[in-house]
Amino acid sequence: MSTTTTTTPPRRQIPAHQGGLGYRAAAAVATPGGAVFVLAFGLLIATIIANPNFGEPDFVIRFFGRVAPIAIAAMGQYFVIVSGEFDLSMGAVVTAQVVMAGNLIGQDEGRILPVTCLMLLVGVGIGLLNGLATTLLKVPSFIVTLGMMLALAGLVRYLTGGAATGNPVDSFREIGRGEIEGVPFVEVIPYKLIIFLVLAAAAAWLMRRPFGRSLIAAGDNPDTAAHSGTSLWWLKTRAFIISSLSATVAGIILVGYAGVHPSVGQGYEFTAITAVVLGGVLLGGGRGWVLSAAAGAFALELLFTLLTVLEVESTWRDTVQGLIIIVAVAAAGRAWKVGRRPRRTQRSQGQAAAAAPTSSPESTPPSKGPNTGDN
Amino acid sequence: MNLLRGRTLTSTGIVYIVLLLAIVVGAILTATAGRNFFSQGNISSILTGTSILGFIAIGQTLVILIGSLDLSVPFVASLVSVLAAERMAGDPANVPMAVVVALAVAAVVGLANGLIVSVLGVHGFVATLGIGLVISGYLATNYQGNTGSAPRSFRLIGASQIGPVPVSTLIMLGCAVLAILMLRRTRVGHHIYAVGGNREVARLSGIRTQVPVIAAHLLCSLLAGLAGLLLLARLSVGSPTIGQQGGYDLMSIAAVVLGGTLLAGGKGNVLGTLAGVAIFAVMDNVMAAMEVNPFLKDVIRGVVIVAAVAVYARREIDRRPAPFERPSALDAALQEAR
Repeated sequence: MSTTTTTTPPRRQIPAHQGGLGYRAAAAVATPGGAVFVLAFGLLIATIIANPNFGEPDFVIRFFGRVAPIAIAAMGQYFVIVSGEFDLSMGAVVTAQVVMAGNLIGQDEGRILPVTCLMLLVGVGIGLLNGLATTLLKVPSFIVTLGMMLALAGLVRYLTGGAATGNPVDSFREIGRGEIEGVPFVEVIPYKLIIFLVLAAAAAWLMRRPFGRSLIAAGDNPDTAAHSGTSLWWLKTRAFIISSLSATVAGIILVGYAGVHPSVGQGYEFTAITAVVLGGVLLGGGRGWVLSAAAGAFALELLFTLLTVLEVESTWRDTVQGLIIIVAVAAAGRAWKVGRRPRRTQRSQGQAAAAAPTSSPESTPPSKGPNTGDN
Repeated sequence: MNLLRGRTLTSTGIVYIVLLLAIVVGAILTATAGRNFFSQGNISSILTGTSILGFIAIGQTLVILIGSLDLSVPFVASLVSVLAAERMAGDPANVPMAVVVALAVAAVVGLANGLIVSVLGVHGFVATLGIGLVISGYLATNYQGNTGSAPRSFRLIGASQIGPVPVSTLIMLGCAVLAILMLRRTRVGHHIYAVGGNREVARLSGIRTQVPVIAAHLLCSLLAGLAGLLLLARLSVGSPTIGQQGGYDLMSIAAVVLGGTLLAGGKGNVLGTLAGVAIFAVMDNVMAAMEVNPFLKDVIRGVVIVAAVAVYARREIDRRPAPFERPSALDAALQEAR
């Protein structure tokens, strides 16, 4: 949570800590990125109250496992969003990888390793294409990734004829549906949950590295970041690569239990973006914590589970989801504004510079890359 | 303002050159497939192809100009088509009432979008995605399949033509002219550019920034509603999924950006958008004439969108003078003289 506090513009001296541990925890929870953890926890409690069966440790842990691919995708999407861009191609990447795994691995166990490597390479390639077209060709990422989505999804459907084909060998599917048994207390730990935890730790570490710091800086103000010596194109391209790699991992996990079909992964990009936004990350970049994005995915899935448990007609789910994200983002926008220290006491120069991002974070254009510049 | 207009014209010019190129290439390709691109039937089918996306893209242009997005348009179109079909129920006498009610609902949706974006300060992407989901839930719960029916008199709007030009396309062009007049001649239009360019500066200059935002969203939803009515006229039944099937949300955004409008807002115009929509229509027509696999069509569309936007995007960046660094030719000459 300290990430959010230390990334405020460095022009003011901020003491390393302010207040005691309790105060800091409370302050963290008051930010949208912290509130989502409370929201997720509250939804978990509510679900358990509504359906006591859900309270069984193995039930909860299996649920967490099911959320893992979405949470991984959300973390990948976070990297792109926090740098001020969008990745709409995520769902198509998931589909492409799932179909690739199904058709190339087949029933041959010896092919698992080379094909997995190939899938990761394809992931890197797609991210690289997205990133380079966005940064070097100056096409807005919304359009680049939309084009990539159309092209990839069309290609997959063309090659498969639009129907389910192939089925990878069971030992490969084990990644998505296998679990370690005989663990004390929780009974089972799904492999996918372990993958998620490892990736979450890696992502949180990465965001504390210079790469992560620069990424947030580039999302907040690309011009400033560029003038401070950041190589914007390579920075953002890496974010796109991480995003499509995370979609690849989500695809590998999804093969395990969703099977191989050109419709697997459809709508993943919007689910991931919704989760990221629910996690208090600002669209337009510059604010938010990567683990809050993952927590956003858990909160979203818990919400769906709760609606199912409460026997809300499944057709109303969309409506509830829509209302929730609007309310959450409206509240988050307010909180980001209130949460920051007042700037009125600053001298007029600082005030003018600070005024634009402070008073209208919501007016930040969708793509703040260098392509938009100061028009 | 003069400078801005000059540049806008140039970028629109490029879009029309690309459209011309698309037509020439399309005509050659169609000829190789053994058909006549310029036959009256083909031209009217291209123009028909522009009308629905055209309505939505005009509205989307306004919303993008103000620096927002509207992802709820396909759901609004579906909602309007279903509501109007239900009210009409095959009786010509019900048509005016049905149209008014359906468009009023569309306006309410647009108002909600605008209020959420401007007053609650939610990013347009999230606000309209959310509203779209709300409508989609309502449609899925209350309508399982096609409902209602449009009377023959209403269906004629979708079917009749004046010469090779379909009436629906003429209505769309009429809306485009109104939108252009609004953007160029009215206060709200100028405020849309101002707020889209920089909301904070517009506010400090004394503009009520909420008004143009709400107006843009309202008009966008109304135009999506008109597209829904046109879809109803074509299908003659209200379909709760017709909007989503067309993928109008993303395609309209692509058409707007293809037309040279800046996705960040504040720069662009409706004329360019019309060319963008026409490029899509020509592309679809040519691919249909060549009997391209429908899945491959998406691949081609995706590649063309990115490639076409890349052409303008680079130009745009090159042509924009840096605010402080690069001296103008006159300044340079003066410095030389010194």
